Amino acid sequence: MTTVTTVEATYREAMREAIAEAMRADERVFLMGEDVGSYGGSFAVSLGLLEEFGPERIRDAPLSESGFVGAGIGAALGGMRPIVEIMTVNFSLLALDQILNNAASLLHMSGGQFNVPLVIRMTTGAGRQLAAQHSHSLEGWYAHIPGLRVLAPATLEDARGMLAPALADPDPVLIFEHGSLYNLAGELPTDAGAVDIEHAAIRRSGEDVTLIAYGGCVGKAMAAADLLAAEGSSAEVVDLRTLRPLDDATILASVRATHRAVVVDEGWRSGSLAAEVSARITEQAFYDLDAPVERVCTAEVPLPYPRHLEEAALPQPETIAAAARRTWEGG
Amino acid sequence: MSAKHRQELLRTMVLIRRFEESCAELYSATRIRGFLHLYIGEEAVATGVMSALRPDDAVVSTYREHGHALARGVPLDALMAEMFGRQTGCSRGRGGSMHLFHKETHFVGGNAVVAGGIPLAVGLALADRMQGRDRVTACFFGDGAVAEGEFHEAMNLAALWRLPVLFCCENNRYAMGTALAKEHAQTDLALRASSYGMASWPVDGMDVEAVEDAATRAVEEIRGGGAPVFLELRTYRFRAHSMYDPDRYRTKEEIASWRTHDPIPTFADRMRAEGQLDDDELVALEAEVAGLLARAVEAAEQAPREAVEDLTRFVTSTALTNTAAGR
Repeated sequence: MTTVTTVEATYREAMREAIAEAMRADERVFLMGEDVGSYGGSFAVSLGLLEEFGPERIRDAPLSESGFVGAGIGAALGGMRPIVEIMTVNFSLLALDQILNNAASLLHMSGGQFNVPLVIRMTTGAGRQLAAQHSHSLEGWYAHIPGLRVLAPATLEDARGMLAPALADPDPVLIFEHGSLYNLAGELPTDAGAVDIEHAAIRRSGEDVTLIAYGGCVGKAMAAADLLAAEGSSAEVVDLRTLRPLDDATILASVRATHRAVVVDEGWRSGSLAAEVSARITEQAFYDLDAPVERVCTAEVPLPYPRHLEEAALPQPETIAAAARRTWEGG
Repeated sequence: MSAKHRQELLRTMVLIRRFEESCAELYSATRIRGFLHLYIGEEAVATGVMSALRPDDAVVSTYREHGHALARGVPLDALMAEMFGRQTGCSRGRGGSMHLFHKETHFVGGNAVVAGGIPLAVGLALADRMQGRDRVTACFFGDGAVAEGEFHEAMNLAALWRLPVLFCCENNRYAMGTALAKEHAQTDLALRASSYGMASWPVDGMDVEAVEDAATRAVEEIRGGGAPVFLELRTYRFRAHSMYDPDRYRTKEEIASWRTHDPIPTFADRMRAEGQLDDDELVALEAEVAGLLARAVEAAEQAPREAVEDLTRFVTSTALTNTAAGR
């Protein structure tokens, strides 16, 4: 039996190592975005990479989201394997035309001739009192779009391991990094590498209810499971990991075993990813349910600045646990 | 210029003109559908620019791109089949008139979002630069695109990174129905481009030889390792914006005046005057093109349609067919 050696790492460092490894392995890979070079990345993910790889491959781009995302698409068509970093999902709206009308559509529009092997990384989510133009969770919108693969790494292993298979994908992949996770620290195996980007993962096994979450809400769902355990209830936590295509099988297998489901989503409730997951459960496992599917989403408000209002707007361990209780106690 | 080369230029322009006249008839007869944006009047631009490119150069185009595709060498039969939405179309029928693609000739599409293709061209050029290829990417767009943010973002990127892009601004004086002067505070578009520190100059887009000369000079500069070049190709569309457009925003007199600069008869007259074309040759050319078009229409109408079972094919590279719930 070999001993697994581990190293202390943060989510940020795991992502940085994934980028560096990909760039060492393949000359076609380069990183492009605002302040990825001299500044070291607006969330310090790319700190130090300029020194190793130089300004051609750690490419600072002007504040032109549509321009440099479109350039990333073109470079992918031209045989490169770009990693485009957008500072936050809020700013990605300036590049939405390129992501939807070009990246996601070119393969189909061209009858299969032009695929776009592009990875776009961006920060998402709230929790840092950054108010209404830096805090939203819009990944659910992207998960609506055929032609995209949408990933939400919630753990160190996924931060370390999702990039390589994303770069190997012949089609566009979006990676959403929740801003509250960058300082997440833990032990990472020294030989950590590529992970599967097809399936959801069971983060905690349980029997009484399934808590389904992704990204920044996985930790909150785990904390909710602790609260419920203290009361004698056992919650299973499913981390979606891949938001498109959704892994229906893992979700449904869990719900069929626990007969209760709570979907947690930092997006707004109306038209949310939580709505999609909930619909799939009721479409495919309705007769296995002992209670209506519950949803815990962000309040329908542009996120406010003060901490108490921001906290009140977001899913929290207590509100997730309360939703779980409703599935056996009734509304 | 040699008679043979001039005859090739003339043939390309005639092919584009007759192809589109044929499409307009097919459209009126409801045999083809969707949007149809005709290039009639602007043929000298596509013909002249493509003539200056190498086979390995890339082309990024717009939704008014039948002329670009034909001049680039996308096969006529594949184009016509695409108009009919057939499997033998250059985009397997899935794109239609606005989304013509052809990998073999590096024709990277028909983009129907105004200015949406321009950043793509910058990226193709970036990939060439990073991989040490001396390829040029020709990017077509209209005067309307110059008002879009994506245009300015892409111009800045190309100039900043000194990328090998030939920006071909087809200034036909109208953004759909809005006249140039109603849309731009500064209507000298070449001047606008020069503000990015980019070489730019206006060209008579009704004269195929003027276009070819300018594009040849621009491509030489770009390939020489210089930087992007912007050509403002001043032209005019004789037909309405699309088949739905009643053309209320310009006068018949204005259109008639531009028709006196029609790039095909003016070029044919020049060739005649210099003894490079006679009536018999012109008749033969028209007959040849008419025959090609008739056969292309016939072939397209008989070509297979994509199977409905394959509806979601090409949404991703890996799956032949996806379920509606899939990616």
